Amino acid sequence: MASLDPVDFFLLLAGFSVHLWALICLLRKGALPRYFTLVLYLCCSISAGVGRCIILNTAGFHSNTYVYFYFYSDALLIICLYFILMSFYSHVFEDMGAGKMVRAGAMLVLAGTAGISYHMIAASSDRLITRFVIELAQNLYFVGVVITYLLWGAMMKLRENRTRLTQLVLSMGIYVSLFATSFAFGNLHALPAISRYYFPLMDMWLPASWIYTFVRVPEDARMATARVIAPSQ
Amino acid sequence: MIAALIFALSFLTLLQFFVSYSRSLIAASQGHELSEVAREICGVTARRVPGDQFRRLLVLIALCPEPGGDSLQIRAIAMYFHLLDLTRSLLSWAVPSSSTWIEAERGGCAYAAAVALDRRIAYNRMMMAQQASN
Repeated sequence: MASLDPVDFFLLLAGFSVHLWALICLLRKGALPRYFTLVLYLCCSISAGVGRCIILNTAGFHSNTYVYFYFYSDALLIICLYFILMSFYSHVFEDMGAGKMVRAGAMLVLAGTAGISYHMIAASSDRLITRFVIELAQNLYFVGVVITYLLWGAMMKLRENRTRLTQLVLSMGIYVSLFATSFAFGNLHALPAISRYYFPLMDMWLPASWIYTFVRVPEDARMATARVIAPSQ
Repeated sequence: MIAALIFALSFLTLLQFFVSYSRSLIAASQGHELSEVAREICGVTARRVPGDQFRRLLVLIALCPEPGGDSLQIRAIAMYFHLLDLTRSLLSWAVPSSSTWIEAERGGCAYAAAVALDRRIAYNRMMMAQQASN
């Protein structure tokens, strides 16, 4: 593949394998009906990975086509992450019968994000590919951070004790804040050359944490919320 | 300006999510009762494992083949332990009262590592017993 060194190639393969492994784990654990959005995200991520491979093969790592495809497929994957977050909201609030409110909230967030993104694209059409894609990714991930933080706050308030759900939300929080921090840093300073290895590595966090959660934590496992938030006695 | 604000806020939430995630992993281990073998290896008699044992336990964990799926947990807890060490060295002179809390957290990390070691020992014993029976 054009302009790919062995480390790039290894990371590409490892990322693809981890996503595929996570998908198999989720399906084997029967998570499809309850965690459909996670399966959807993994399918989209695997498809995006295959698309990136094809473009790498034809256009090369440093081509504009690859950069466009990478960042815009990433933006679509973030929208999938929003769907996952909304499903987490509905899990948390399912006992309160707030399904309609969650759906309305989800539509509002999606419409708001789409509107802001469209405004940004319309205002920045002369500087696409340069800093714009980084800004867009940074803002989309930051919206994810805010939504996850609000969800985590609600879970603490409601004394949510489902271990699996807690770990899924926290791992999502780590993922979106890690990416928001990295893109914001890239916006402040030019990203170092090593970032080409760093981003694929970070990308593996979410499927790896899901594998751990679905393999090691049973659906009915419970833990005291106080143990996660309060200092040890 | 906005990028700097997003960077600062995201970094703070990253820290908070990471600490909570690590604590949830440790909390999941708290219900496990250590076996006699693990207690002997850890050199403890009570339910608490001293935080100073953590590094030694990590070395022992590395020597045991894994039953699968716990390496992410161990890595996350190890990162949390290093974060606690860093916090201790930065805060101990400024906020002396924090050292009690940090020590308790380090003990929690060590207990989670002891539980992981215990599970690996049990897994290896089972594998050896299966080999012997074959």
